Amino acid sequence: MSVTNNAMLIRRELLSIITKKINEGNLVETIDRLPLEIRPKHTDSVSRCCKYKDRAMLKYRLMALLGYSIQDEEDELMPISEYAQNALDREETSDTPLTVIDEACSACVKANYFVTNMCRGCVARPCIMNCPKQAIDFIGGHALINTDKCVSCGICVQNCPFHAIIYTPVPCEEACPVGAITKDEKGIEHIDDEKCIYCGRCITACPFGAMMEKSHVVDVMSAIKNPKRKIIAMVAPAIIGQFKQPLGRILNGIKELGFDDVIEVALGANTTTANEAAEFIERMNEGAPYMTTSCCTSYTQFITKHLPFMLPMVSHTKTPAYYTAEIAREKYPDADLVFVGPCLSKKKEAIMSDTIKYMLSFEEIGSMMVGLGIFLGKVEDIDLDPEIADSSRSYAISNGVMSAVAKKLPEGYPIKPLVISGINKASIRQMKMFEKKLPDYNMIEIMSCEGGCVNGCNVLAKSRIAAKQVMDVANYKE
Amino acid sequence: MEKKLEVKICTGTLCYVMGGAELQLIDEYIPEDIIERIEIKGAPCLELCNKYDGPRAPFVKVGDRIVCEATVSKVIEVIKEELSK
Repeated sequence: MSVTNNAMLIRRELLSIITKKINEGNLVETIDRLPLEIRPKHTDSVSRCCKYKDRAMLKYRLMALLGYSIQDEEDELMPISEYAQNALDREETSDTPLTVIDEACSACVKANYFVTNMCRGCVARPCIMNCPKQAIDFIGGHALINTDKCVSCGICVQNCPFHAIIYTPVPCEEACPVGAITKDEKGIEHIDDEKCIYCGRCITACPFGAMMEKSHVVDVMSAIKNPKRKIIAMVAPAIIGQFKQPLGRILNGIKELGFDDVIEVALGANTTTANEAAEFIERMNEGAPYMTTSCCTSYTQFITKHLPFMLPMVSHTKTPAYYTAEIAREKYPDADLVFVGPCLSKKKEAIMSDTIKYMLSFEEIGSMMVGLGIFLGKVEDIDLDPEIADSSRSYAISNGVMSAVAKKLPEGYPIKPLVISGINKASIRQMKMFEKKLPDYNMIEIMSCEGGCVNGCNVLAKSRIAAKQVMDVANYKE
Repeated sequence: MEKKLEVKICTGTLCYVMGGAELQLIDEYIPEDIIERIEIKGAPCLELCNKYDGPRAPFVKVGDRIVCEATVSKVIEVIKEELSK
C-alpha cells in the first residue's frame, strides 16, 4: 500500500503545527483559529463537501492529536483551545490508543454490492431469482439492492449476465484481519476492544482518515519544555530505514527535539536475543513441540484474544522495549521514558507498561522535526553504542529475530525455523491448524506486519527501501 | 552528446515527511529511453518550504522548473515536457 495519501498528509501537517505552537508557547492562544487558517473564507480547496465540514473535521482531528477520544466531547461548543489547555496540564494519558471520528466516518456503503446503471433490466433477472434473502427489488426498470436485507453474499454478482453489479469494499473492515470493526445502526464504524489487536491497518486503510491514533505529542512536548523534567527517547530499530540518513544522525536529530538522551531499543534486543535463545533450549529440553517469538505486541494480542490455545507456546522473554526501559530506568531513575516506534501495537505496549510513559510513532517524530525546523542533513552524525550487536538492529525486518536467536544457539542445535510475515487470513488459517496438527517447525517467528516492523502502520518510508537500509546497517545477509 | 536534464529531489526532512519519501523510488518508474537522458540527484533543502501560504512540499527541481506537491507521476510528466522542448 502507498505510504502517501492526503489524509495522512493532513495529519502530519497538523502534528507539525501543534509541535511548533507548543514550542513557541502559544498553542492555547492560537489553536482555535487553525481550522480557519487552513480552510480560509474564500478558499476553493476543500477535502469534503464544503469548507465548513472541513473545519469541523480539522477540529476533531486536532482533538485526537491532542490525545482525546472524539467520544470525550460533551459539548460541541467547547473550543479546541480548552482541550489544548487540558492536554498541556494533564499528568496521565488515555489507556485506549484509537478513536473513530464518527462525523468523518459513515461515508461507506452498508451493503458491499451495488447495482450500477449498466443494469439492462432484463427479463431473466437472475439477480433477483437467485438472491437468498429477497434483497433485490425491481424499481424503475432496474434492479435495486435493499441494503437492509442484503447480507453481502455476492451471489447476484455471479449471476448478472451484464456484469452490472459491482463489489465495493468497506476499507477499514476489509483491512482488519480479526473482524474487530463493525457498523452501528447509523452506519458508523466501531472498534471492539475485545477483538482489536492494534495492528493499525484501519488507520492506513480509511480513505476518510476517520480512524485516528490518540497522540502523545502534547504530553511529550510539555515534558520537553519543562526544564524540571527529564525525558528520554528509546528508539526502535526500524528507525534506521526512515530518513535516508545515517543512523547516528537520525538519533542526534531526535535528541535535538529536546530529549535528555536517546537510547536505541536495539540495546534491549541484545537481552531479548540471549533470553529467547536460552528459553528456546529450555523449552525444547522440557519436550515442548514448538516455541514462538513474543516481541510483536500485535501478535501477542492476537494470540491472547483469538487463538488462546497457542498462548503456552509464546515465549515469556520480554520485548526489546521492555529491557531497554529497564536499562534506561536504572540510568535515569526520575526520567519519563518515551518509546519511539513504527506502529500502534507499540503504543499499546507503552500503555500496558509500568516503566514506559509515552509513545511516539515515526510519523509523529518526523512531524515534530518539521515543526521544530530540524533538518537532518545538517545534524551531526554521532557515534553509535558499541554494545549493540548487529543482529539486534535486524529486529526491524522479517526473519530478523529468528536469525538473531539462531546465531545465539550452540553450533548444530536442531532449530527448525518458520517465519510468518504478516497476520492475515492465510497465516491465521495456518496458525489455527497448529491446534489439530503440530507444525513441522520448532521455532516460529511471527510479525503482524508483512516484512516486519519497517512496514508498520506509522512509518515514513516505503518498507522495501527501509528494509534495505536496515540490512546494510545490521550487516544482515539474506 | 546531449546534456542530461537534471532532476533534483529535495531530501530535506520536511519534504521527506510530507510525502517525499515516495519519490525515492522514482527511477523505477521512469521509462528506459528517458532515464538515459536525465540525471537524478538528491538535493539539500531547496529553501522553498515553511512558507505558510506558499507552494507546498515535497519539492523537486526539473531543470529550472520547480515541481511542488511532487508525486512520482507528476514529476515524470514534467520530465517529459522538459525533454520535448
